[in-house]
Amino acid sequence: MMTKKHQLQWGVRVGAVAAIAAGLALSGCGKKEEASADGVKPVGKITSIQNIGSDTMVNLAQAWAEGYHKVDPSVSVEVSGGGSGIGVAALINGTCEIANSSRALEPDEVTKAKARHGHDPKEHLVGWDALAIYVHPSNPITEISVEELSEIYKEGGKIDKWSQVGVTLPGGDEMIRVSRQNNSGTYHYFREMVVGKKSDMKLGSRDMNGSKDVVELVSRTPNSIGYSGLGYKTAKVKVIKVSKKKGDPHVEPSIATTWDKSYPIARPMFMYTPGQPEPHVQKYLDWILTDAGQKVVEESGYVPLQKK
Amino acid sequence: METIETNQPSSSAVLTPATAPKRGRRSAAAVLGERCIEGLIRLCGISAIVFVFAIFFFVFREGAPILFGGGTGGHGVTEPGAAKPSFDLAKFLFTKTWYPTSLNTPRYGIGALIIGTFSVTLLAMVIAVPFGLGAAVFLSEFCGKKVRETLKITIELLAAIPSVVWGFIGLTVMNVVIQKVFKVQVGLNVLNAAILLALMSVPIIVSIGEDALKAVPDSYREAGIAMGCTRWQLVWRVLLPAAKNGLLAAVLLGVGRAVGETMAVLMATGHSVNIPHSIFDSVRTLTATIAAELGETAEGSDHYRVLFLIGILLFTITFIVNLLADFAVKGIRKK
Repeated sequence: MMTKKHQLQWGVRVGAVAAIAAGLALSGCGKKEEASADGVKPVGKITSIQNIGSDTMVNLAQAWAEGYHKVDPSVSVEVSGGGSGIGVAALINGTCEIANSSRALEPDEVTKAKARHGHDPKEHLVGWDALAIYVHPSNPITEISVEELSEIYKEGGKIDKWSQVGVTLPGGDEMIRVSRQNNSGTYHYFREMVVGKKSDMKLGSRDMNGSKDVVELVSRTPNSIGYSGLGYKTAKVKVIKVSKKKGDPHVEPSIATTWDKSYPIARPMFMYTPGQPEPHVQKYLDWILTDAGQKVVEESGYVPLQKK
Repeated sequence: METIETNQPSSSAVLTPATAPKRGRRSAAAVLGERCIEGLIRLCGISAIVFVFAIFFFVFREGAPILFGGGTGGHGVTEPGAAKPSFDLAKFLFTKTWYPTSLNTPRYGIGALIIGTFSVTLLAMVIAVPFGLGAAVFLSEFCGKKVRETLKITIELLAAIPSVVWGFIGLTVMNVVIQKVFKVQVGLNVLNAAILLALMSVPIIVSIGEDALKAVPDSYREAGIAMGCTRWQLVWRVLLPAAKNGLLAAVLLGVGRAVGETMAVLMATGHSVNIPHSIFDSVRTLTATIAAELGETAEGSDHYRVLFLIGILLFTITFIVNLLADFAVKGIRKK
């Protein structure tokens, strides 16, 4: 009897949590045009823009939203992360005005969005991100080649010890690979650029669910190596130089090396709208491309667009 | 004597016909209200069953097509003329290559994930069962009433901590502790997750285990004491055998909790597709895989269906565990 009662109690608790979660999710979707009493200025109705997607870009998107709020208090940009895939899904399902993506749309995603909205989604290049290779500060390594990275991360790749790249570490020789979950835009980009489109990543890496988590784990683990956006660099990790091939000059990730394409693993960052955006969304996207908007990119640790 | 006699007439008066119509004179609205409430309560009772079946139906509907219809080639779009790669259940369950988003050849082998789930659960139970059952014995047999109440409230508080908070502790505190104490490279591993899961399932084991011990009739204890048992002998030779089914049910429900836990293990296992060779290896569990990947899969794609198939598998595992627990409890009542 008591057991039954306990089971029931658990059931009720789980049910309540699910109900609350569902309620939150619904209210989250529903408040597109809702006016919010922000207390900034009595500006009448506040228009909100839903901005969902790339985990790499979430900090940047948040900084843009805050910056734009000062320019135009009548527009509130609501940013959420989750990953490029989530942004693209929201774009296709029509639950956001702007989707952030750290990779270009796949052809079948364009087809799906077109089927849903009647026209092709519109792509807006908003900045660049250099994918940095992170190691623990105690690691003496200073540079690595894309070929070596490929051997480290590729399925069947031969490098799994630090001695194979020429460093000895006091803690142990085993190389601890930190990677991302297999749907992340960063994962897709890294796989394409480093191990090759036709290959797969080696299993057994620690797959983190966010750009920040990769840096966090590397900072706590002396023998680890990981990749993440340059914007997530902290004082507790070391960024190493990367060369295309062994013997080629090693390049430090920076604005200049991203612009002249000498840093081998830099990528564009996109914002997608389902077709031609509405005027208030277009105004926001235009502001992002102005000097003020691009300054935010630089301040957040990413690479701004080259001035024309 | 006198007071009773003076009370008698008034108490018997309740039953006299003179007052009876007073009850019957309740308004129609009150009667209707009561009916409504009764119906509502009945609905609440049935709703649990309805929900379980609805969920099972939903999960099965999303996951089953891949079992019967074969795959669609990875991206949810069937290319005309392309040979359908058939889905092999044995391959799904027993191979360890998990490449759901491969552009080359998507492979869905959850062998490593199953082993990950079971290794974490098993170690969690190795830690939780002695602690949980020990605490249950202490609460029901050894401690005073005040201590018992305090302990019970505290233990129930342990059950109220959200799993994401446990995960956070695993990520920040346990990670560093395990690195320092055991001198290992990564503190996010089987041991870390197992300790968290043990702490999460201990409250269930304690409260159900204590109920089971309480259900042993006092005559057993009296007989034991009369035979000259020490307290230890009483617990070990009399109470534990008598309550063994209930204690087994307690452990099984703890297992169910551990198998189904998601957020804490997602954060504390290291989330690495890997067959563990020691308790310091990182693993990945079935639940964490669904949590990490479902949000970004295209609806209707093979990857999406396979994740639901994992859901069906988890459902089946917890269903079997709960069923076993139920049988174990039934065993008690027959005695």
